[in-house]
Amino acid sequence: MTPGFILLVILALAVAGWFAGRAKAAAFPRATGAARAHSLPSQHGWFVAIWAAAPALIFLAVWAAVVPGLTLNEVLRAPAASALPAFPMERAAILSQARALSAGQTMPELHPLAASLASVWGAAATRYGMIGLALAALLAFAGGAWAWTRLSPRFRARTRVERIVMGALLGASLIAILTTLGIVASLLFESLRFFSRVSPLDFLFGTLWSPQSGDEGTFGAVPLFWGTIFIGAIIAMLVAIPLGLLSAIYLTQYAPPAARRWLKPILEVLAGVPTVVYGYFAALTVAPAIRGFAATLGIPGASSESALAAGLVMGVMIIPFVSSMADDSIAAVPQSMRDGSLAMGATTSETIRRVLVPAALPGVVGGVLLAVSRAIGETMIVVMAAGLAANLTANPFSSVTTVTTQIVQLLTGDQEFDSAKTLAAFALGLVLFIVTLLLNIVALRVVKKYREAYE
Amino acid sequence: MADHSLNDMAAGQRASNDPPKMEARNVDVFYGAKQAIKNVSIDVGMENVTAFIGPSGCGKSTFLRTLNRMNDTVSSARVTGEITLDGDDIYSPEMDVVQLRARVGMVFQKPNPFPKSIYENVAYGPRIHGLASGKADMDAIVEKSLRRAGLWDEVKDRLSESGTAMSGGQQQRLCIARAIAVEPEVILMDEPCSALDPIATAKIEELIHELRGRYAIVIVTHNMQQAARVSQRTAFFHLGTLVEYGDTSEIFTNPRETRTKDYITGRYG
Ligand SMILES: Nc1ncnc2c1ncn2[C@@H]1O[C@H](COP(=O)(O)OP(=O)(O)OP(=O)(O)O)[C@@H](O)[C@H]1O
Ligand SMILES: [Mg+2]
Repeated sequence: MTPGFILLVILALAVAGWFAGRAKAAAFPRATGAARAHSLPSQHGWFVAIWAAAPALIFLAVWAAVVPGLTLNEVLRAPAASALPAFPMERAAILSQARALSAGQTMPELHPLAASLASVWGAAATRYGMIGLALAALLAFAGGAWAWTRLSPRFRARTRVERIVMGALLGASLIAILTTLGIVASLLFESLRFFSRVSPLDFLFGTLWSPQSGDEGTFGAVPLFWGTIFIGAIIAMLVAIPLGLLSAIYLTQYAPPAARRWLKPILEVLAGVPTVVYGYFAALTVAPAIRGFAATLGIPGASSESALAAGLVMGVMIIPFVSSMADDSIAAVPQSMRDGSLAMGATTSETIRRVLVPAALPGVVGGVLLAVSRAIGETMIVVMAAGLAANLTANPFSSVTTVTTQIVQLLTGDQEFDSAKTLAAFALGLVLFIVTLLLNIVALRVVKKYREAYE
Repeated sequence: MADHSLNDMAAGQRASNDPPKMEARNVDVFYGAKQAIKNVSIDVGMENVTAFIGPSGCGKSTFLRTLNRMNDTVSSARVTGEITLDGDDIYSPEMDVVQLRARVGMVFQKPNPFPKSIYENVAYGPRIHGLASGKADMDAIVEKSLRRAGLWDEVKDRLSESGTAMSGGQQQRLCIARAIAVEPEVILMDEPCSALDPIATAKIEELIHELRGRYAIVIVTHNMQQAARVSQRTAFFHLGTLVEYGDTSEIFTNPRETRTKDYITGRYG
């Protein structure tokens, strides 16, 4: 008795309920005024259908969770099961073979005991399947029938359905929120485990990052924080802020409408390029070019993976982000400001420099903060182009590493789950999460306040 | 007055016994294919305040904006005819529009101070035109302009506060101070009081009286009493044409055209 079949049965009952409810409601005497039926026939139909389906589905979800345990219990009580070895690994292997066999899979090296248990398993599964089907169908029928009896011309099926829909929507949004909370909680929990081994002060202020050294490693994260800021908040922003702002100014103030229609979507395509593409562009094209350039200039410490390569490409990736925020902010400055300045005899560029950009600045700053929070959380480009060496250097031609790169590094490959190395990844993730969260909150505040100023 | 009979058309459009500061001849304005101003000729005198009145949509703002070429900022707008300032054609290629707008200032319907300090608002024009030779000089210009706009006593202790944090009437006087800080010769005002309460309006009207003679002033207004109070010359526009132009007292007591009379007595508009 597959769950799919039970679902089909419930669905069929719900459809039947819909028609039954509608038919009953359609037969209500037609009246006008206060005696008029409160809801449309189809709304009565929906009421019955929901009552048929919802309790049965909830039951099915619970049932699906408990049935494996019940089945296993039954199998273990069978006489053949007494021959099972006591050693847990072996025992589990035989049981899982038996289960697979009962589900119709074939396998080469079969334990003899598994074959005899498989039939017991199959029988138990079938029985519980039947019970499940019967209970679900009964519940669906009972729910639908109860709902059906409640229908009357005065019954407010419409309001009820509305309430149920609202509940379902609320449930959907709660799932998203609870998932986020769960992730944060696990991040927090694992980080606490990490901090019970490594002092938070050493972690936050230590300047030596060497997770592989010794038994426990050394976890001073300052070089990582520096690398992240150097690439994401300094080099990338040196590229993205001027280019993004200038392109926004061109698009809002100078571009003829036709050019704007073409250029804006093209610019936004930049935001749609997968970051892995930027990553290999950075690693294969930009990084070698920069190293060659540094070598011809004779700059020491130039490596094939450089902060500059990752930062430049990340800056390009962020341009559309900054530009569209700046575009919105400049467009939100009232036309009367522009007119006022032009009427004073200011040129367009003076007007932009002295009135529009200062007036739009809070919005632009908010956009930049959001862009920074995106840049420091960005992973692919830095993994491919920034390198792994935890250097504390301001030389853009040398290799630095970032928080995200190290998280990837710590979690890939074979690791015991509770080694300090693995747990360090959670602590890094927590720091990253807190920083980007704060950046986002501040940025949204700034942008919102600025919006209000002109409304 | 010798050409009085010769140029019948222009006769009524002359600013009587007042040297013309700006002269418009046969001006047409189009927005795309639509004509908003039709063959308007008018003189704006130096000594008098000139009021433009007329029903909504008749082209008062449009015509006013031709006088400092603000219509250049509307891409669909096209102006033909001739407009001179002290005899120089302001639409000729030699005319520098930046220079023109410094000489012909404008105050808008809705107060539009920049989101900067009061001081910086007034200093804006002198700064972009390089009129002040130092901090002390700029301070003097700011003070003089605010005094002329009748705002100095109210704001002298809070010059560093934002210009947008003042009352509407104060903001509008700040905009007037901002306009006169560059020592313009003409000031155009497009319904400068329509967003203000009666007390603030009275202050602006008083200010216009004080500024009269120092600057040529043109004011667009929907308020007949205001036109009668502040102006010496009144021009009545209707459907893009200049119907009648004359002494304010004449226009309001004894209009020559029935359309003017109907409008003034409130029969339409
Ligand atoms: N930017 C523009 N583009 C197209 N048409 C315009 C534009 N500005 C004004 N017009 C049109 O030109 C005509 C004159 O408008 P204008 O604003 O000069 O009238 P107005 O006399 O100032 O009216 P109001 O008293 O309501 O301010 C109107 O028909 C208007 O629709
Ligand atoms: Mg107007």
